Amino acid sequence: MSDTKPLPRIDTLNKPFWDAARLGKLLLQHCPACGDTRFPPGPVCPQCLAGDQTWIESAGQGTLESWIDMHRAYWDGFKNDLPYRVCLVRLREGPLLVSNLVGPAGNPRLGALVKVVFEATDNEITLPKFALA
Amino acid sequence: MSGLNALKDKIAVIGVGNTQYGNFPGTDEYGLAAQAFGNALTDCGIGKNQIDGMLVSRIPSYVRMGEVLGLNPRWTIPLPAHGRMSGMGIIEAATAIAAGQCEVAALLYANIGRSRRVNYGGDESPGTWDPWGFTSPGAAHALAFRRHMELFGTTTRQLAEVPVSIRYHAGLNPDAVMRTPITIEDHESARFIADPLRLLDYCLINDGAVCLILTSAERARDFAKPPVLISGWGAQDTFSPSSIANFDIDFWYPALGSAGRQAYEMAGITHQDVDALMCYDNFSPTVLFSLEGLGFCKQGESGAFVENGALSLGGRLPVNTDGGHLSNSYMQGWALNVEAVRQLRGECGARQVPDCQVVQYVQATPCTRSIVYTRG
Repeated sequence: MSDTKPLPRIDTLNKPFWDAARLGKLLLQHCPACGDTRFPPGPVCPQCLAGDQTWIESAGQGTLESWIDMHRAYWDGFKNDLPYRVCLVRLREGPLLVSNLVGPAGNPRLGALVKVVFEATDNEITLPKFALA
Repeated sequence: MSGLNALKDKIAVIGVGNTQYGNFPGTDEYGLAAQAFGNALTDCGIGKNQIDGMLVSRIPSYVRMGEVLGLNPRWTIPLPAHGRMSGMGIIEAATAIAAGQCEVAALLYANIGRSRRVNYGGDESPGTWDPWGFTSPGAAHALAFRRHMELFGTTTRQLAEVPVSIRYHAGLNPDAVMRTPITIEDHESARFIADPLRLLDYCLINDGAVCLILTSAERARDFAKPPVLISGWGAQDTFSPSSIANFDIDFWYPALGSAGRQAYEMAGITHQDVDALMCYDNFSPTVLFSLEGLGFCKQGESGAFVENGALSLGGRLPVNTDGGHLSNSYMQGWALNVEAVRQLRGECGARQVPDCQVVQYVQATPCTRSIVYTRG
């Protein structure tokens, strides 16, 4: 098994998200018809079923809704990171994202304010992560 | 709902069977399912030619299954591997019999995850969040339980009551895989997998198969064992908004409330009538969420509810008297429904719930289902 980490599967729907992440921007799919905002993207708006979906830039701010510390590496690429912290963030724009909580560990609490940070990997992929604000 | 309520007590389970549970690299899903099928036929005393309906789950090919068993049914349904298919499958079979699509249905499930070293995470089925290292159903349940701890003050010592009680039951079940008693301290010192969840919060992975045979309550009187009636069921799915597999930010509370209400109304009971609960326990927090959602306690109060062995035989609500997924066998809900039948027949020996009249099954999953069984 490879010791690299899993990469996102980039497709025509999510490519704008990953292109923007490399430029330090967090994009969310947006419905111009009804205003619904989401990630991951879909082919139609799940609220009003409109087909033509666009993207908006998130302010990158949100609240910590939960977190865990992974002590088992299901992917070999994470073995050297154990334990690593996964977080659940509610963005101010509405969507829930799973990511990593990075930076000074502090004492995380439910509802703590977090802000996005961008971490480049060595595979031309940049992952949006979060730090306590 | 009135249409469904008319099906109260109309369908019965007449036969149940299972294999041994363990590590069986020398066989496969078809071999295991054939054993369970044979045991279920013997249990109800019928020949296989009376089977005219077949439902399979986690079995690769329904065609091969029919060939292996020599069955040419009138009604066949293949379902995928997810555990949530157990509750869904039993309800579908009941409605198929009620509609006359078949008269006697065999429901078959087999799992070879232990001998084939299934991990339930990583490269087996990468999802949206794997690049951040978020993988495995257990991680999703850990994320939910941390939230429950933060919102309601639930502790891991309270959580430990779940695997401790369920292991106690496994110790009373000679067929269970893990029978050595454990304590709250054992739970608290077990290694973390996804903190706050530890090894003892995780279900087993083992091979085995289960079969249930259903028919109409009217026909059910003709068979070897006293029939167990399907008295009610309820259903509520939660697909949106959630890209996070095996996770609901509300602990499936709305879905459990809805499915539970439907099942109680159809059966004409309340949760106070339930003598034993068979609760899908893929990870121990699911049991806490289920108790709250069904109304056995208020939301946020399941930690206090389960203290002092409340879920053990003799406690206020015996849960998973066979040892559940945590300690008996990972048969993804199917074996819990078999245990419901055996409890209502009074066949459970040392783990028998005295004067057992009503047993409820529940699965808190993206497809939440509950089924109420009663003595025929």
